[in-house]
Amino acid sequence: METLNYRFENGNRHLNNPAELVGVVSSGNLEVLIESVPQNGACTIEIKTAATGFGAIWQAVMQDFHNRWQLAETRITINDMGATPAVVSLRLDQAVETILGKTAGEAS
Amino acid sequence: MSYLESNARERVHALFDADSFEEFLPPSARVVSPHLGQLNAPVSFDDGVVIGSARLAGNAVFIGAQEGGFMGGAVGEVHGAKLVGMLRRAVIEHAHAVVLLLESGGVRLHEANAGLIAVSEVMRAVLDTRAAGVPVIVLIGGSNGCFGGMGIVARCANTIVMSEEARLAMSGPEVIETANGVEEFDSRDRALVWRTTGGKHRFLLGDCQMIVADSVPAFRAAAITGIETCKQQEVALSLTALEQEQHLLTQRISQFGTLIDPVDIWKKLGVPQPELLPLLEVDQFIATVDHLRLGAR
Repeated sequence: METLNYRFENGNRHLNNPAELVGVVSSGNLEVLIESVPQNGACTIEIKTAATGFGAIWQAVMQDFHNRWQLAETRITINDMGATPAVVSLRLDQAVETILGKTAGEAS
Repeated sequence: MSYLESNARERVHALFDADSFEEFLPPSARVVSPHLGQLNAPVSFDDGVVIGSARLAGNAVFIGAQEGGFMGGAVGEVHGAKLVGMLRRAVIEHAHAVVLLLESGGVRLHEANAGLIAVSEVMRAVLDTRAAGVPVIVLIGGSNGCFGGMGIVARCANTIVMSEEARLAMSGPEVIETANGVEEFDSRDRALVWRTTGGKHRFLLGDCQMIVADSVPAFRAAAITGIETCKQQEVALSLTALEQEQHLLTQRISQFGTLIDPVDIWKKLGVPQPELLPLLEVDQFIATVDHLRLGAR
């Protein structure tokens, strides 16, 4: 197992619901817990992954995610069991869409 | 909406009255397995089970839903303790019923004795819940089936509802093949696996009381009907009921003990064209066999 931590500043989108969980910790999949918690303005992401040594790819996927959503005061915690970058991106978008009260089809 | 293809949370939100679900120990509480981390294995924030209270057709029910995707729904210490706590609270709060959405391979072997004790505590809690007059309804329809200790838990309940795709047994197909050889049971023969452990066979043998199509609304309707039926009977497990069950099992061995394939059993039960049973839609299946099944109640 490997633990990775990321912190993104200067987001401007605030969440209006306390917490949501999407996804399941199964092979090639992950669960994403997204919470509206004061983080001194930032969006923080903690990842516990069964696949070690992919820090650079996680960094890129998380940076893309932050560029898409610009979240503020948000804590994201991930339990991963070897999901591919595409699956990770989709789950993260699903988490944000769910907590913002949108279905995937309505996402902007 | 397919029950089989939904995960535990999706089932809970779709099966009970809209917006009525209140989760106990939600993922944000982060009550995770203390054992998996020590083994350097991934944890899940709900330890693979969703528990809480909800309303079903307006009645206050307590619910537990196992997530088959996380370690095959296997029961660890926290997972089991969550189910036990929910059942005990259902008794204290005089719930209308408890609905268990089971999907599990049994005990979580990583947690060894703690997991085994957890499963036995769930069994005891189910029987205590029934003894307090609160019926326990089990729904089985996930791709992992309901095996091992959770198979026993299911049979401790008042009523079991299964889909054709659901499976219920003690040892899983691979376990039987590993222990007794491929001649005894070929776990790769999927038709054989479903003939032996699937919903239709369980319904015919009286191991489950209701069979439904693979849809969340169908499971919801069956749960509502199942609870009302239980309320008209003795909810607690009685010695008489236990003796009847024992009689049924004894009869099963004497009637079918020498038969090799479930199709032979269906034939002996008097099912017309038994080899075609796996092809029937649920409504047609029930119409064909309802009067022939064992232990109908």
